Amino acid sequence: MLTDIRADFPILTRTVRNGKPLVYLDSAATSQRPTQVLDAVADFERLHNAAVQRGAHLLAEEATEAFEGARASVARLVGATDDREIVWTGNATAAVNLVANGMANASAGIGGSDSERFRVGPGDSIVVTETEHHANLIPWQQLCARTGATLKWIEVDDLGQMRLEQLDTLIDDTTKMVAFTHASNVTGLVTDVAPFVERAREVGALTFLDACQSVPHMPVDFPALGVDFAAFSGHKMLGPTGVGALWGRVPLLDTLPPSIFGGGTVKVVTLEETTWMEAPSRFEAGSQPVAQAVGMGVAAEYLMALGMDNVAEHERRIGQILRQGVSDLPGIRLLGPVGDPNARDVLGLAAVFVDGVHSHDVGQVLDDAGIAVRVGHHCNQPLHRRLGAQSSTRASAHVYTTEDEVRLFVETLATVRPFFGKSS
Amino acid sequence: MSDLEQMYQQVILDHARTRHGSGLVTLDTPSMGESHQVNPTCGDEITLRVGLDGDKLTSVSWEGQGCSISQASASILAELMDGADLRRADETMDAFMALMHHRGELLGDERDDLLDDATAFVGVGKYPARIKCALLSWVALRDAIARATVGTEGS
Repeated sequence: MLTDIRADFPILTRTVRNGKPLVYLDSAATSQRPTQVLDAVADFERLHNAAVQRGAHLLAEEATEAFEGARASVARLVGATDDREIVWTGNATAAVNLVANGMANASAGIGGSDSERFRVGPGDSIVVTETEHHANLIPWQQLCARTGATLKWIEVDDLGQMRLEQLDTLIDDTTKMVAFTHASNVTGLVTDVAPFVERAREVGALTFLDACQSVPHMPVDFPALGVDFAAFSGHKMLGPTGVGALWGRVPLLDTLPPSIFGGGTVKVVTLEETTWMEAPSRFEAGSQPVAQAVGMGVAAEYLMALGMDNVAEHERRIGQILRQGVSDLPGIRLLGPVGDPNARDVLGLAAVFVDGVHSHDVGQVLDDAGIAVRVGHHCNQPLHRRLGAQSSTRASAHVYTTEDEVRLFVETLATVRPFFGKSS
Repeated sequence: MSDLEQMYQQVILDHARTRHGSGLVTLDTPSMGESHQVNPTCGDEITLRVGLDGDKLTSVSWEGQGCSISQASASILAELMDGADLRRADETMDAFMALMHHRGELLGDERDDLLDDATAFVGVGKYPARIKCALLSWVALRDAIARATVGTEGS
C-alpha cells in the first residue's frame, strides 16, 4: 500500500553518523516533509507572496486564494463542515492557549454576555487527564491559577490507561471544560472520545481535544467525535513548522473572546472599545504564517491522497512490530500496553524504559547506528512520574517508516544494556 | 576506536557505576556552599556540596540522577577536587570547559595533566547535545564554591 512514497522525502536519502543511512524514528516530535510540501512553500514565496486579505492587486488575490485554499484542505482532512471552523495558529500549543486565554478574558468580562459560557471562576472546575502533554496541561492549570477555578485530572493505571470510571465522579456540575488528548505521545494509546463527550454534555461542559498525535496518523472527524474544540500542528503531519490549527464549532468560535489583539480582527474600533469580526478572523491578528499555512494545506492533501485509512493501517502494522519487538527484550519496559495486534488502539510508536541505562545514553547508542529517536520526558513529566520512569526513549513512525527500520531499532536497542555492562 | 567507544571510555563507565563523592556529606561549617542544578531538557539534576577551609576544598559531595556522562563527570570531579585549593579548582574548571568546546580533541598542553581522568570526556566534545550532561556538575561546583566563599566573607 504505502509503497514508493519514500522518494517523496528527500531527507530520507541522506546519511548521518559514520556514513550510515538515516533511520528516522522521531516523527512524533516532528515529521519529515515531502517534496510536494517543500515545493509548495518555495513556489508561494517565489511567485505568489503578498499580504493576504487586504490589497486589491493580483498577487494579493493569489496569496489570499492559496491561504484560504489551504484552510479548506485542512478543514476537509478533519471533517469540518465549514472552513470557518479552522483557525490558523502558530502551532498547536498556541491553539490551546487561544482557547484557555479566551476563557480567561471572558472571565474578566470581555465579550459580555455573549461570552458568558466561557467564564470560569472560584467553584468551577476544569478537568484534564494525567496523560496530557505539557501543552494541554499548563494552559488549563494557569487558567485555573488566574481565575480561581480548580483543576482536576482523570488518573491513569500502571499501563498509562485512562481510568474512565472516574469520568462520572470528576466531571460534575462545576466542570466548565474537559481537555484531553486524542492519542498519547508517550504510551501511543488512542483515547475513546465518546465517554468524555457524553459525560461533558451531561453536565454542560465544553470539550477540548489535543489531536496533535491523531490527525497525522489516522482518520479524524471532529464533528463526528462530538468535541467542541481541537488542536493540531502542521509539522507533525508532514507540513512545515510555524503553523498549527484550532478547530472549533462556529457558534463557539464566534463568541469566544480573542486573546491576541491587533489588526485584521476587528469590525469597529473607537478609542474606547472594539467589536470583533467573526471567526476565524477575530483570532488571526497580525501577519499570519502564510507560506507555512499553504504548506500545511498541501500536507493535508498529500495525506488525503494516500488515504488516512491506509496511513492508519500502515502504522498499525509498523506499530505492532515495534511494540511487540521491544516487549520481548530483557530489561526493557514498554510504557503502555502492547495493544491489540488487530486493532488501531495504539499509534505506531513505542516509548521504552531501559533498566539501568539513562535514556540519553540509549539515544547515543542508537544515534551511532544512524537511528534518530526522542529521549527525555517528551514534554510529559507527570505521566513519566506516574509510570515510574525518570525518562524514556521513544521511537515513532510515520507514513515513510519501513518494517526494516523498526526491526533495526529493536535489534540495536537489544545491544544497549550489554554495551553499558548490564547483564540481561 | 569508534566515536561511541571514544565517548564512553572505560574510565567513564567505571565512574558512572562507582560514583565517588556520591551521597551528601553533612557539614557543620559556615564556609559551606551548596548548588542545585537541573538540565531541563532531560530532567537530570544534581545537588553538589563543598566545604571550604581557608582556600582549600575539604569536602566535595553530591547527590543526583542522570545519564552515565553526568554521573561519571560528577564522580571524577569529586575525586579531582577533594582537597584541591581554590586556584587549582578554578584552573581545572576552566580547563574542563575548554575541553568540552574543543570538538573532540585533547587540549594538547599542561591543562590535560590538570584534568587527569577528566580527559576521558574528550569524546563528548563531538556531541553538542551531550556537553551539558558533562558540564552539569562543574557548573554546580563553580556555584557552590561561590556560595561558600560568600559564606566565609559573611562570617
